[in-house]
Amino acid sequence: MALGAVLLTGCQLPTFGAFRGNTSQGQSAFHLWQGFFIAGLVVGGFVFVLILYVVLRYRRRSDDIPRQSQYHTVTEIIYTVLPILTVIGLFIATVIVENEVTAVEPHPYTEVHVFAFQWGWEFQYDNGVRVIGQTTSAPTLVVPSNQTVRVYLRSYDVLHGFYVPQFNFSRYASPGYWTSFDMNVLDTGVYRGQCTQLCGLYHSLMFFNVRAVPSGQYQTWLRTTRAFQLAHPNSIGQLPAGVHANINGSAPSYSGNSGNTGNTGGALPGD
Amino acid sequence: MTDVIEPTATQLDVQPRGPDGHEPHGAHEDHGPTGILKWLTSTDHKVIGLSYMITSIVIFYLSGIMAMFLRLQLASPHSSLLSFSQYNSLFTMHGALMLYLFAGPFAFGGLANYIVPLQVGAPDMAFPRLNALSYWLYLTGSITMLMGFFVAGGAAQFGWVFYAPLSSATYSPGAGPDVFLMGIALTGFSAIFTGVNLCGTIFYLRAPGMTMFRMPIFTWNMLVTAILILIAFPVLTAAVVMLFCDRHFGTHIYTAVGCHFVNGLPMHSCGSPLLFQNLFWFFGHPEVYILALPFFGIVTEILPVFSRRPVFGYKGMVFATMAIAALSTGVWAHHMFTTGAVLLPFFSFLSLLIAVPTGIKFFNWIGTMWHGQLSFKTPMLFSLGFLFAFLMGGVTGIMLASPPIDFFTHDTYFVVAHFHQVLFGTAVFAGFAGVYYWYPKMFGRMLRDGLGKAHFWLTFIGFWITFTPQYIVGLLGMPRRVASYPSNLGWQSYNIVSTVGAFMIASGFAVLLYNFYISWRKPIPAGDNPWDGHTLEWFTTSPPPHHNYTHLPPIRSERPTWDYNHPEHLTLPHGRGAHTNGHNGKNGKNGKGGNGKKAEVGV
Repeated sequence: MALGAVLLTGCQLPTFGAFRGNTSQGQSAFHLWQGFFIAGLVVGGFVFVLILYVVLRYRRRSDDIPRQSQYHTVTEIIYTVLPILTVIGLFIATVIVENEVTAVEPHPYTEVHVFAFQWGWEFQYDNGVRVIGQTTSAPTLVVPSNQTVRVYLRSYDVLHGFYVPQFNFSRYASPGYWTSFDMNVLDTGVYRGQCTQLCGLYHSLMFFNVRAVPSGQYQTWLRTTRAFQLAHPNSIGQLPAGVHANINGSAPSYSGNSGNTGNTGGALPGD
Repeated sequence: MTDVIEPTATQLDVQPRGPDGHEPHGAHEDHGPTGILKWLTSTDHKVIGLSYMITSIVIFYLSGIMAMFLRLQLASPHSSLLSFSQYNSLFTMHGALMLYLFAGPFAFGGLANYIVPLQVGAPDMAFPRLNALSYWLYLTGSITMLMGFFVAGGAAQFGWVFYAPLSSATYSPGAGPDVFLMGIALTGFSAIFTGVNLCGTIFYLRAPGMTMFRMPIFTWNMLVTAILILIAFPVLTAAVVMLFCDRHFGTHIYTAVGCHFVNGLPMHSCGSPLLFQNLFWFFGHPEVYILALPFFGIVTEILPVFSRRPVFGYKGMVFATMAIAALSTGVWAHHMFTTGAVLLPFFSFLSLLIAVPTGIKFFNWIGTMWHGQLSFKTPMLFSLGFLFAFLMGGVTGIMLASPPIDFFTHDTYFVVAHFHQVLFGTAVFAGFAGVYYWYPKMFGRMLRDGLGKAHFWLTFIGFWITFTPQYIVGLLGMPRRVASYPSNLGWQSYNIVSTVGAFMIASGFAVLLYNFYISWRKPIPAGDNPWDGHTLEWFTTSPPPHHNYTHLPPIRSERPTWDYNHPEHLTLPHGRGAHTNGHNGKNGKNGKGGNGKKAEVGV
């Protein structure tokens, strides 16, 4: 009950260190985080105070031998049943939010296939547009805001992790099978993403960006980029104007990506 | 009745039984070779146990030094201290050494080997030669794994979990990964043999009167751990063998070779990288409890002794341990929530459910101290440190058991902080509580309490300084296993604090080394029972003689030494009751009942 109330009023609570979530799925996860954090504070705080109390209250004051009692059935039942009830409450909240986060719409607005490889990302759009990044340049996944985007994810080689911190979400890109999820990005903007699953030597440098634009701009971008890539058939995945190669000598280095959109696959209208 | 009982009146004469059926000799008689030859050839569980502990503590220090390099690297965003491949090797070996070669072998190879036969009143382990084989396999495996640093291409770089297909010959060529896998197979067999040995010892070599429900909790936990080892390690060994076949014999068990990308259509005749994760974590999650239960046991030995109380809710404690073990075999896929290929609610619920028996243990520990007379000697301080550390690690563990939260914390520093708090809480705080607690028994000399307290406070404060910032930086999105990170995201300050804390911990362990040194150079005799211990091992001499006991006290509860020394303060019967003077009339030869409750009263 308390947890449900917490979930409802979640927006007014502190973030407890997590991102609020810039997708509708991420916001659900964020509210669950708030609930769990408060539950953790209450339970953890209670046990912490109890230990501290015992340590201070029962420090040795004499050489007397204390009572040698070993069982107290009522207490034991209480501290077995209460955690079970707590766990059931946490589980119900988990299932509710989990269903929101992993739900897939039957008719998403657009679909994008994301391929991970050592050490970069490739984004394939429905109309044939391909954007390929590499260790030395972070590619940008352009998506429409306030629309359902279906992401199909897999890997060309080893395991990778598709992780956008501000979306409160990550998913393995694995060789051998597809995995998919929906995201509804609520606000336009550029969000940094990074590989989270160890994938070899340059795992640390496997960045990408997600750029959310209004759906009109998104359609325009898809068309112009497609036209460019058709006009340059030998450079599939290569970029039209507005490319930032971002290569710094032999040793790959990458310092941040706020404001650095990397390979957008083409200039965005309004850029 | 506070009269001192004449030892001869109550002692139950027990002829030590030779484990192989041969007639034991006099207990104080020295057997066989001495010096280095003794350490090389002994089948005595105490010598093997010490060998295990010394080896694993050396590995702990090695691995700790690696951790210092990792922390130094992360203190600045683009450090050039280590190359990417060096960094990847170091965190791989740091994790592998700590998990495969320190925490487990220290607990079930070292402490359990030494303590369990003493606690159940046995002269040795059930299979002494198998026990020696376990140790030599462990040592060989450890050296094999460390050899990775000296082969061409360097040590393995795929993380301690060696996920396929990163660990395949394609993506991790060279001998480094091979010796890594060999090391795991060898130490895996060592663990399996020790598991067999512990089960045999506990089931068959208990002294008369030592019924199952009179066994100390440490022994109980080691029994459950041994069973978990027998469930989990064969799966790991099988997974390693299959990976080795993939690497060298052309099989494609874990590789997605043969898979084709045709417009995103599913492909045929593929190996399954996901299979590796399932197999690995079917070992890996029981392994987490293989690394936790022994240390729970240590704490459950220490808290009663330094509170002068019996374990509160003894039977609940035993059942909680069994419940944790049973649940631990059904939660492996909570490491795989983000694969998108597991049934989330099932694994989430079972994972959350582990909080219940763990909570019971916490309340039992608190109940043990309740109304006690707490003395804060070093072992007690480390045990309390464990309680606080494990509490934090446990609470964040519950958060991670919820898939939507795991989605954004998985593989970030949040998880790094979580499992370090859990494992540091158990293997380090509880583990070194055990070292301080049993060192007097093993060597007949004390560790300095003042130095021990300095060690504790440096470690305890350093612990929080190290790992708390890692939670925060993890929530900000810092992934684990990165050798560099963007400089403009505000992560560096947290990493610097974490590095400072790590060096504080290291300084604590320098103090421990000095403590060992000074106890070796200027020994303070410990006597047989310096802590007023409860369990059987405190009844014999320090260090114990060759076959452990020449005689035993009557065993009528789970703390025979306490009953012997405090016959007027026996454990009260179930339920309420004022101070009663239990009689010490019967000498406990009627140790046949499975239900020890009536006998515990001692009427």
